[in-house]
Amino acid sequence: MAGSNPNAKPMNLTLNVWRQPNRQAKGKIVEYHVKDISPDMSFLEMLDVLNEDLLHTNQDPVAFDHDCREGICGSCALFINGRSHGPEKGTTTCQLHMRKFSDGDTITIEPWRASSFPVNKDLSVDRSAFDRIIQAGGYVSVNTGGAPDGNEIPIPKEISDRAFEAATCIGCGACVAACKNASAMLFVSAKVSQLALLPQGNVERKTRVENMVAQMDKEGFGACTNIGSCAAECPVGISLENIAILNREFLAAKATSNNLA
Amino acid sequence: MLLDSKLPEGPLAEKWDKHKFNVKLVNPANKRKYDVIVVGTGLAGASAAASLAELGYNVKAFTYHDSPRRAHSIAAQGGINAAKNYQNDGDSVFRLFYDTIKGGDYRAREANVYRLAQVSVNIIDQCVAQGVPFAREYGGLLANRSFGGAQVSRTFYARGQTGQQLLLGAYSALSRQIAYGKVKMYTRSEMLDVVVVDGKARGIVTRNIITGEIENHAAHAVVLATGGYGNVFYLSTNAMYCNVTAAWRAHKKGAYFANPCFTQIHPTCIPVSGDYQSKLTLMSESLRNDGRVWVPATKEIAERLRKGEITATDIQEDDRDYFLERKYPAFGNLVPRDVASRNAKLMCDEGRGVGSTGLAVYLDFADIIKRTGAEAVSQKYGNLFAMYEKITDENPYKLPMRIYPAVHYTMGGLWVDYNLQTSVPGLYATGECNFSDHGANRLGASALMQGLADGYFVIPYTIGDYLAQTPPTPVSVDHPAFAEAKAGVQARTETLLAIKGNRTPDEFHKALGLIMWEYCGMARTEKGLLYAKAEIQKIKKAFWSDVKVVGTGEEMNQALEKAGRVADFIELGELMVDDALNRNESCGGHFREEYQTPEGEALRDDENYAYVAAWEYQGENQPEKLNKEELTFENVKLTQRSYK
Repeated sequence: MAGSNPNAKPMNLTLNVWRQPNRQAKGKIVEYHVKDISPDMSFLEMLDVLNEDLLHTNQDPVAFDHDCREGICGSCALFINGRSHGPEKGTTTCQLHMRKFSDGDTITIEPWRASSFPVNKDLSVDRSAFDRIIQAGGYVSVNTGGAPDGNEIPIPKEISDRAFEAATCIGCGACVAACKNASAMLFVSAKVSQLALLPQGNVERKTRVENMVAQMDKEGFGACTNIGSCAAECPVGISLENIAILNREFLAAKATSNNLA
Repeated sequence: MLLDSKLPEGPLAEKWDKHKFNVKLVNPANKRKYDVIVVGTGLAGASAAASLAELGYNVKAFTYHDSPRRAHSIAAQGGINAAKNYQNDGDSVFRLFYDTIKGGDYRAREANVYRLAQVSVNIIDQCVAQGVPFAREYGGLLANRSFGGAQVSRTFYARGQTGQQLLLGAYSALSRQIAYGKVKMYTRSEMLDVVVVDGKARGIVTRNIITGEIENHAAHAVVLATGGYGNVFYLSTNAMYCNVTAAWRAHKKGAYFANPCFTQIHPTCIPVSGDYQSKLTLMSESLRNDGRVWVPATKEIAERLRKGEITATDIQEDDRDYFLERKYPAFGNLVPRDVASRNAKLMCDEGRGVGSTGLAVYLDFADIIKRTGAEAVSQKYGNLFAMYEKITDENPYKLPMRIYPAVHYTMGGLWVDYNLQTSVPGLYATGECNFSDHGANRLGASALMQGLADGYFVIPYTIGDYLAQTPPTPVSVDHPAFAEAKAGVQARTETLLAIKGNRTPDEFHKALGLIMWEYCGMARTEKGLLYAKAEIQKIKKAFWSDVKVVGTGEEMNQALEKAGRVADFIELGELMVDDALNRNESCGGHFREEYQTPEGEALRDDENYAYVAAWEYQGENQPEKLNKEELTFENVKLTQRSYK
């Protein structure tokens, strides 16, 4: 009945954690043991327990990115037992709870593995490539102050809802980590679709998709071979349909390009 | 000392227009000669950085995150208010102003709040133009919903992810300016000091979180958009990294800290489940539109629930007490946050709380599910229900949610004048980081409004007034004040690493949080506050002799980052207690048990406390000096708030 289930027994776990002091250093898997883990803990709270133990025994705590712990900021990025964000579908690492594991389990925890996401330290990676892709065109070019009244741009609810669904991407990078090619197509397509669906995005529609795809390639992300693991592992359910929209947008843009270069 | 808030003369509705005309302008060709630092890239920071860069200023923006898009604004769920009156239900700029002043229990500045209501309409237009996918009606127009503390529908939303969509809008505008080279973006950079040269803010000191490098950055003006300090309570709905350090360092460099005891306890959060808990999760206030709050009518029934002998659905209608509907028939479940929170606490204090700890009340959706079906409810609140189930392992479509109040927002913050300038010339504060618009209690869907109002529509005008009076000579970090500030930051880092004590930063943080929650939380007494003050001083002493951080300063070191933040929280905690002790009245989120009406409502003392308490730092371990800004109300009548 209560938040803490009285019948749930604490667990003892073995953790295989990727340790790497900095970007240049070579990393390795190190084994740790944690005890009395409550099934109601989140995965990150379990790592907090490990880190407090490490600190108390004069060992360097494991660095990992996290912030909101509500599944929306996109900071947390752990590759758990070979899956982006672990075993639970549609869930970020911070919202994964230990009740999904069993007493005695061994859990392997790695950072996102993609050459476009170099490791900062341990489980923390550099995802600035995503920012640079957005900077290449993931916006509508409107300065503050010149906007017409909000209701002057009516948008059918169905279209608006679809744009919203694409716009809910949290930029965590799980799609890249899940893809055998380390492709960023799902991430890029979510932004391209959102703005291609909406009338506000129409003016820059062609240059946007061309420039964002060019930047994606420049960052060294792999090609898409239609496997679909990106969408399967996406914690917020960004649909594979967006990649189809991206491909269509890209072809149309290339065929009738506004880019003079 | 009485503070000058630089309010423009004239009738309320004309103040902002007049002020915009009277402020000095920097001509377009000269704007590129000015550098502006913006710290923080949430709604208030990203919108300011983008808008200032669009105007032509050179902006340097800083965030400790790996990307500007991660700022905690992203987690705001419910919505953003605007006085559009699209629903034809009687809304207006004046009504939004009035609701906000009243909701804040008459402890905010009239002129600021009116301006906020005025520009609220522009925010919606701007966000729509950026491609923010707000909820829409079938006819294609924007949809609204109602929120606590208002009787009109003026809240714009994007399902339960409004903050995310608004932040991504501001982030896209910021990204565009980064691409143009007008904003230089510094990620993973934590601000650790403000540099003041000849009495004016001229730059900041940062630490690169990846390399540990301490850096100086110079500019003609500095804008802090660094959020609130709710994490002083350890457990709050704030993100884990949220902290007071930037604001606190500014405070120590001369910026007054206003009304620090005004903190908001949000009524609808998922209750604490264990002592390992690292944060609390909010369930949006929008749920109170359709959810009904109740507890069992008697202690005996509550007791059986807590033991697990019965479940919520076993309890008959007659044995339920829908206490908000009973006590406040006019507003019902939509009373403001402070009222809803306090009543939930009262029920639990009476022994009628639910859950194994007895520190929870029900938020029940059975009626609306019966009326409209689970599918319709899922359309509106699907993501919130899913989040609730993930965390609690209970299905809110079948069992009522258990909720309890939790720290959510801080109305207090750096004191700013009408121009959003702090008491240090050239240093500005926007968004939750300042104190200005919400008085003693913030209404739902007003934080996003204020952050974006400050960043898109206020600071671009008011900072020009200061810059126009500052020579456009190039800035540099050569002044000795930079070297001094940098040395101070380095020395502090070394001190934290050298203590090599036995208790982790987190353990100190938890100890502080427990004291703050118990004695400076939902209800406060003189006795409790005095006790808290002594305890906090003990924690401070223990911290500086017994904190444990391993590793070095020249690497990514999250324990070191945390230690620095906790040290500042401890000092802030003491100031909050001082402020709560000073304010011998109850207002909004500040409830002093000694001051209440016979019905248990907050009892203000307008004669003696209708002022902003702006605290001035006096040096290490010295009591802070209280400066007052009198609040005058010419357009609203001060009344006992009633939501009955």
